[in-house]
Amino acid sequence: MTAIPTDTVAAESVPEAQEPPARRRRLRQLSRGDKVVLAIMIAIPTLIQALLIWIPTVASVFLSFTKWNGLSITNLRFAGLDNYLYILKDYPPFWPAVLHNVIWLVFLAVIATPLGLLLAVLLDRPLRGTRLYQSFFFVPVMLSLALIGVIWQLFYSQDNGLLNNLLGTAGSSHAVDWFGDSRVNLWAALIAATWRHAGYIMILYLAGLKGVDPSLREAAALDGANGAQTFFRVVFPVMRPTNIIVVVITIIEALRAFDIVWIINGGTNGLELLSALVVRNLVGEGQVIGIGSSLAVVLLVISLVPIVFYLVRTFGKEARE
Amino acid sequence: MPQSLSHVTLNRRQLFAGAGAGALALTLASCTGGSAPSSSGTGSLTFGSNASDPVPKKAYADFVAAFEKKSGDKVTVNTSDHNSFQEKINNYLQGSPDDAFTWFAGYRMRYFAKNDLLGDVSDVWKKVGGNYSDAMKTASTGDDGKQYFVPNYNYPWGYFYRKSVWQEKGYEVPTKWDDLVTLAKKMQADGIIPIQFADKDGWPAMGTFDYINMRLNGYQFHLDLCAHKESWDQDKVKKVFDTWNEVRPYQDPAALGLTWQDAAQKLGNKQAGMYLLGSFVMQQFTDPAVAADIGFFEFPEIAMEGQTALEAPIDGLCLSKKGADSQAAKDMLAFMGTGEGQLAYWKADPSNIMTAKDADTSSYSDFTKMLGQVIAKAGHISQFFDRDALPAMASNVMIPALQNFTKSGTIDLANMESQAKQLYSQQ
Repeated sequence: MTAIPTDTVAAESVPEAQEPPARRRRLRQLSRGDKVVLAIMIAIPTLIQALLIWIPTVASVFLSFTKWNGLSITNLRFAGLDNYLYILKDYPPFWPAVLHNVIWLVFLAVIATPLGLLLAVLLDRPLRGTRLYQSFFFVPVMLSLALIGVIWQLFYSQDNGLLNNLLGTAGSSHAVDWFGDSRVNLWAALIAATWRHAGYIMILYLAGLKGVDPSLREAAALDGANGAQTFFRVVFPVMRPTNIIVVVITIIEALRAFDIVWIINGGTNGLELLSALVVRNLVGEGQVIGIGSSLAVVLLVISLVPIVFYLVRTFGKEARE
Repeated sequence: MPQSLSHVTLNRRQLFAGAGAGALALTLASCTGGSAPSSSGTGSLTFGSNASDPVPKKAYADFVAAFEKKSGDKVTVNTSDHNSFQEKINNYLQGSPDDAFTWFAGYRMRYFAKNDLLGDVSDVWKKVGGNYSDAMKTASTGDDGKQYFVPNYNYPWGYFYRKSVWQEKGYEVPTKWDDLVTLAKKMQADGIIPIQFADKDGWPAMGTFDYINMRLNGYQFHLDLCAHKESWDQDKVKKVFDTWNEVRPYQDPAALGLTWQDAAQKLGNKQAGMYLLGSFVMQQFTDPAVAADIGFFEFPEIAMEGQTALEAPIDGLCLSKKGADSQAAKDMLAFMGTGEGQLAYWKADPSNIMTAKDADTSSYSDFTKMLGQVIAKAGHISQFFDRDALPAMASNVMIPALQNFTKSGTIDLANMESQAKQLYSQQ
């Protein structure tokens, strides 16, 4: 019963706009020591935030307009828009990566997220062993990357994999090369991603469903609504806070999708994703700081769209109330 | 990443045993080091090692112990994870690097030398130079003509095959390209995969590219192309891919889903006729009967220079800028240039070929002996595309391009040239 209130509080505890008058009054009563403590308590998180988020972000944007080999700072030269023109025009994996990110988003939104909702609705009923089922579906969310790689290798391996054995094609020349064939490997990766994503969404909606006032269902039932009508007309709209979180999480997951394609083949051959390109160009031996930074900035700008949307919705509403 | 993969995966067994033995060897070494009567000095040095896998880790510990015993110097070994060492090398060399560190010959060794991050070891070479072939000396030399690297071992790339299969079917080792194509056709008719190929990880295909390129255009062209002194968008490069297309239909069609380990298994299981890879492929043949049945032949001649150029990446030691002031560090590199030093390493890691001329090869297997002879007679030694070229070119441009070529048989050289221009201009 308590799950959803804490959830919403956690998500919306940031806006303090509601109570500025009270706060100002309280501030005046603060002693010097209190003020110092407060100042430290604000300064340290701000500093950490600046150090870990803002400075690197600004540095990335700056570096995306330069050419630099990462050695001496004297080697740093301004490149104007060179790096951006390069990734847009000359870097073959870029546009496939954008397309794959879009496919990823659509797939998560149309298949994985509704699947998570379905699981939540099914498991929210008073089933025997429902906790057990919930745990099963949530386990993939907690598994480590290496383990996920091993598990899906067992499914997808061309010669020894479960899937090709079930299809009866294992060992023959008709066996589908799930990871190597660029016509199918994106879908194979998406199934693996769904396996994780659905569990995550399920937990969020389970919490959301617990927060729905049971009297609403009773009222709907009294009015003669059937199960589907009760859910779509009453329960689902009431879960609006959860829905918004789920939309944002789905978009963010689609944008930062990385781990599964990276363990399959490092994000090449049909599995290009923006995040994998950023890593390939920015970290490790293929490091080209200018180009990697401009890819990171492109990803940042795209990510800002849903983030701004989310913030405007949450804070805009708070301000109006 | 590519070159590291080929080494990282070298030996993964006996992780703890190896680490433990290494630590033990070090402890022992530090005990005996001080009391060794033959000590010529009591200097000390730090040694950064990327040999994090158990077998090479133990091998370097043995090498260091042998050096400490001989010189009386004290060596502090700092071992880092192989991949992260490779990835952080820029920061490492600019920060506070160890005096000596493990590295390899190639573009980046020369590049660091040019950027004044490596210690000049020309005086070490005056001592040990006679112990190396000219090809080794060239590979250790920077753009300014000074030496910055002392080789430890290398391993050749070539075609591996199962002798019993070839005997049974009456196949003969091809020395000319056309013979290889004919042989591949024959193998396909016999129902086996003629040319085993694996490119899920992207780097193995570079071996085929390098060889066709060197056989068609020569070793110097390979170097110039890798250094981007030659354009990608020219007929010479197009010819490489045209030639490759003659055998592409005979490569394993599943290549893009296979790692080199998977592909080695297929060769071991007699599903495939031949497989072009470095000699580290032998680690996959754990069954001694299979290992004894493996044959090797060099990449056939195509247009020029016969079979003189050999792909045989060299691993060894470099000095950091600060290490160049340490006599002990120079002594250790000089020790690496002796058969005695290399043998101390090789005994624990016998999958490679020692590079010093006076190294005692009496414990080589016949197969290793043959590989050693192949290296000894090579006129030019290339380091593999991802070591000879800008790493970003190998990892960000070549991998996608060769994977695409593997499945489609087409390549956009104009685009590769514009990518190369951009990447090399960032350095």
